[in-house]
Amino acid sequence: MRAANVLHLGIKELRGLLRDPMLLVLIVYAFTAAIYTASKAMPETLNRAPIAIVDEDRSAVSTRIAGAFYPPYFLAPALISQQEMDSRMNAGLDTFALDIPPNFQRDLLAGRAPALQLNIDATRMSQAFTGGGYVQSIVSGEISEFLAGHRSEAVLPVTLDLRARFNPELNKGWFGAISDVITSITMLSIVLTGAALIREREHGTIEHLLVMPVTAFEIMVSKVWSMGLIVLAASAFCLVFVVEGLLAVPVNGSLLLFLAGAALDIFAMTCLGIFLATIAGSMPQFGLLLMMVLMPLQLLSGGVTPRESMPDIIQFIMLAAPNTHFVMLAQAVLFRGAGFDVVWPQLAAMFLIGAALFVFSLNHFRNFLR
Amino acid sequence: MSGSPVARLENVGLSYGRTRALDAVTLDIPAGCMVGLIGPDGVGKSSLLSLIAGARAIQQGRIEVLGGDMARAAHRHGVYPRIAYMPQGLGRNLYPTLSVFDNIDFFGRLFGHGRQERERRIAELLDDTGLAPFAERPAGKLSGGMKQKLGLCCALIHDPDLLILDEPTTGVDPLARRQFWQLIERIRLSREGMSVIVATAYMEEAARFDWLVAMDGGRILACGPPAELLRRTGTTDLDAAFIALLPAAKRDGYRKVVIPPRPAGGGEETAIEAEHLSMRFGDFTAVDDVSFRIARGEIFGFLGSNGCGKTTTMKMLTGLLEASGGRARLFGRDIDPRDLTIRRRVGYMSQGFSLYSELTVRQNLELHARLFGLPAETIPARVGETAGQFELAGHMDALPGALPLGIRQRLSLAVATIHAPDILILDEPTSGVDPVARDGFWRILADLSRRQGVTIFVSTHFMNEAERCDRISLMHAGKVLVSDTPAAIVASRSADTLEAAFVGYLEDATAAQAVTVSAPAAPPSRDETPRARSRLFDVRRMFAYTRRETLELVRDPIRATLATIGSLILMFVIGYGINMDVENLSFAILDHDDTAISRDYGLQLSGSRFFTERPPLTGYADMDRRMESGEISLALEIPPGFGRDLARGRTVAIGAWIDGAMPARAETVRGYVEGMHMTWLAQKAREIYGKDAAQGDFRFEVRYRYNPDVRSLDAMAPAVIPMLLLMIPSMLAVLSVVREKELGSIVNFYVTPVTRLEFLIGKQIPYVAVAMLNFLLLAAFAVVVFAVPFTGSFATLAAAAFLYVIVATAMGLVLSTFLNSQIAAIFGTALVTMIPAAQYSGLIDPVSSLQGFGAFIGHIYPTTYFVTIARGTFSKALGFAELSGAFVPLLIAIPVLIGLGAAFLRKQAR
Repeated sequence: MRAANVLHLGIKELRGLLRDPMLLVLIVYAFTAAIYTASKAMPETLNRAPIAIVDEDRSAVSTRIAGAFYPPYFLAPALISQQEMDSRMNAGLDTFALDIPPNFQRDLLAGRAPALQLNIDATRMSQAFTGGGYVQSIVSGEISEFLAGHRSEAVLPVTLDLRARFNPELNKGWFGAISDVITSITMLSIVLTGAALIREREHGTIEHLLVMPVTAFEIMVSKVWSMGLIVLAASAFCLVFVVEGLLAVPVNGSLLLFLAGAALDIFAMTCLGIFLATIAGSMPQFGLLLMMVLMPLQLLSGGVTPRESMPDIIQFIMLAAPNTHFVMLAQAVLFRGAGFDVVWPQLAAMFLIGAALFVFSLNHFRNFLR
Repeated sequence: MSGSPVARLENVGLSYGRTRALDAVTLDIPAGCMVGLIGPDGVGKSSLLSLIAGARAIQQGRIEVLGGDMARAAHRHGVYPRIAYMPQGLGRNLYPTLSVFDNIDFFGRLFGHGRQERERRIAELLDDTGLAPFAERPAGKLSGGMKQKLGLCCALIHDPDLLILDEPTTGVDPLARRQFWQLIERIRLSREGMSVIVATAYMEEAARFDWLVAMDGGRILACGPPAELLRRTGTTDLDAAFIALLPAAKRDGYRKVVIPPRPAGGGEETAIEAEHLSMRFGDFTAVDDVSFRIARGEIFGFLGSNGCGKTTTMKMLTGLLEASGGRARLFGRDIDPRDLTIRRRVGYMSQGFSLYSELTVRQNLELHARLFGLPAETIPARVGETAGQFELAGHMDALPGALPLGIRQRLSLAVATIHAPDILILDEPTSGVDPVARDGFWRILADLSRRQGVTIFVSTHFMNEAERCDRISLMHAGKVLVSDTPAAIVASRSADTLEAAFVGYLEDATAAQAVTVSAPAAPPSRDETPRARSRLFDVRRMFAYTRRETLELVRDPIRATLATIGSLILMFVIGYGINMDVENLSFAILDHDDTAISRDYGLQLSGSRFFTERPPLTGYADMDRRMESGEISLALEIPPGFGRDLARGRTVAIGAWIDGAMPARAETVRGYVEGMHMTWLAQKAREIYGKDAAQGDFRFEVRYRYNPDVRSLDAMAPAVIPMLLLMIPSMLAVLSVVREKELGSIVNFYVTPVTRLEFLIGKQIPYVAVAMLNFLLLAAFAVVVFAVPFTGSFATLAAAAFLYVIVATAMGLVLSTFLNSQIAAIFGTALVTMIPAAQYSGLIDPVSSLQGFGAFIGHIYPTTYFVTIARGTFSKALGFAELSGAFVPLLIAIPVLIGLGAAFLRKQAR
């Protein structure tokens, strides 16, 4: 391998990228506007959950309960009739519908333990779980306060001090921003190397390289370093100016450590891009392959839903994806402020996966060039 | 020549950015005859033809064709059926995966011929052109000459009054060229009054035309019949006449090419040697037992019909292809693709332009100099020297794409010689280059060969170039027919010219295959032409595109398979992967108390299926470390004296720390812990206070509706279907249009009567069908494999799916009007479908809970409404009556998107 060849071929790739303004615009969009919008759109914990109340009691306590739901956790409750309840839930207008039966207050004061009915749209899994708990505790609180003075309580004096570490308000946008950055990194690394390689073949330039004294290894390394550099620079920019700056997400840990992880992830992803390009016969095939690789990487790496809840077999398979380790590393470093002593296993895993992908892709690339 | 001109141009100008392609062109083109456009490369011939054909929008001036103003869309629409346009480049407007028959059939449909009519015409055209035996062969697998004939068939299917051919014989071998012109002649005989306008680089062809237009620098130099041009310039052949017409400044540099004889005895060393070289692709033998020996410093010409194996042989010599039989040696050394030292001694120029169009001329030269390992300090000098030698000095900072073909070819040659190789292998280096530039090119070759002793192995279709070689080989169908000096070959056939000798050899060789150029058939009866269907929307034209697209999908089974099976795999992975049931959360306890009651508190958690207990924490530092590494998501701290204080009725607080790095999970953990805490309290209260405490103030009945088991899969599967049905169909639709733009066949849309709506909807239909098939598979998969209960009306879901996939493909079509490269199309589609579908459409968080711009997108994004319908019909037992509200946005989106697509799509190039 001649370092000079790798350097010059890489510079050629960078110059080529500069000549495609539409692609540059898309890169900038992917790392700025897309991240910002997605992060801002993400509800904070339970945000603006739609709730409706069927108040058949119309008493002081039922009014009190209705008044206890307000933004930002809930939308102001819609006061509806029992008939409306079903149709509204069917149409997906409400996630929760609380039915306060007639004579609720009277029965409550009389100690007859009346029943409240809470309907939850369980197709909305994310709100169904957390929101259900919130509704119960808000209603209980209101009723206890209402009852305070009326009766004495027999409860244990144990309180639970719950605190969330690293993200005290459980702001989803923080995490969402990082997971979107990771998605953009993955997408861009694969597209830039893979699609560029197919274009070289469609335009016949790859053939030209092959009559020159350069090896497949040099060609591949030059593509990996140059495109990787672009993605790395874009992610560093994005993290400092968009995530920390515009979105004001506090980053606890070392940015350098995160970028080291990002570099390893990008290395593995660019190799994957080259591999995909070697097996795709044309751009449309590459586009479909891209989708088939991107979606599982995005959804199953632990960036969208927790890994713990996935079936064991998927957890196991996804350990082979560099993304999974990168998500773990990003969480540990950026939010928990972990250092190298904590995340070295992830770095090592990404390095090994990247190296394996590199060797594998290089072999395919050599055959592809024949 | 009839009276009124077929085309009349007044003061026409055209610019590409800062480059002026045409400048104040005023010209009347006579009707009913053969008009030739001659001139060097990059003088605006192609631009002029595309303007006349209506393929390009008029920027300046006025153009009348067939008696109407081409700036008016209504006139253009009316005359498209009367004009046939064959753009430059070998088969650029053909569809490579479609067969010969399908290609012609597609054009027939575009012009609205009925089935019988089409079949009759296609049979006639195929017979006339000798393509009949190849009707089922994919167009991409034809040789250059056959592609040109096919292009002509496609252009002639609709009986045009005006035939526009842009360099139809470039890169075509002499025999095929001769047949091509015979064909045109016969067609003209059978269709009286047809006007033909041809751009050509072959002066001997131009000499046979009725009327010529000589162009240079975007301007007309002269026009008139060939004889008149010769008389006016006082020359005997058109080459000379054209040079005489050039402005003095350009003419001065011109000298005739003189190649000095090879120095005797100097070149006995063998530079290139091939022995029984063969190449087989499957059962097709491209090169069959070819042997030759080329001495150092020799110029060796390689001639042959299109597709005869010249390029394959050259590729084997460069090591690009490994020979399947025989051996090849350069300077006595066997060719080894892994041997980099031999590559330094060879310069190769491939048939098409294969340099980096994104680098400037200088950057291309420097890059190659560096890759060939020239010492860094000598590079600037060498680049300067080469630039001077190839007269590139004035273009050093230009991008190759902006340069005329002739200069681009000079650049390719400059790149191939920058490392001063001993051998040059040049594959049709002058194809498409004008005579003046070609002569310049050969002067350089002569210099390299005679003065620097470079061995040159060159292939060409030009006979005057072949005559300049020291020796030539004639190749046909993978075999070398004859190999000798040009003079000896002419003598051996006792022919007048090399071309005649060459055609003689080829005809002998092909006689066995009996490609008889049939005598002109009786002028076909073409009176019943369903002429000029210029309706604004024609179902037949639309279906022409549908059929074409479908054929392409059928011919590319990998794409269709990926689209269907791929989405099933994705559904499987995502359905199992996205799981909201959080289980096996790891926690650890820091128990300062360590009494029976404190341990009991811990047991409450570890006993549940949601939590897995890890070894107890030893202190705060341990807690920090283990939370940082993500080993535990929850840490509990039970204070000292917990049991004692509890017994005394003092308020005690238990500390709980949740890992907030992943809020969704933290939220769930919080819910579980709070619930567990309450249960524990109630239990303890019962133990301590007895039955009194068991009774609460009120009861809370929670009903999980639609999904009583709260199964994640039941909630997710119906929502994943919309996501997959958006991304894959829109990706396919985008690429179907952008691909035509990038590969050039979009020009068929520019110059045929197809309207924008016909084009878009025609392309959309097959992808809608693929997507519906996808939908059925996905729905079946959800019910059968995932066992998701389907409770509502399937007809409603299917109807909604139908509307939704129309929307999805229409979104792709709208995107395709903005994007020009396939890379940008793939990246752009992934960006605008994946994120909104996964995050703003209610898949995980309901749309009503979103905020900011994301909420806005969620409200207008079609996926939102299809998610509602899918969940409604799958889980909520709903039918059309209840869900009609969600249909409205889909119904609105279809005309809006298709309208946008049609509005932004350009019917002419700019």
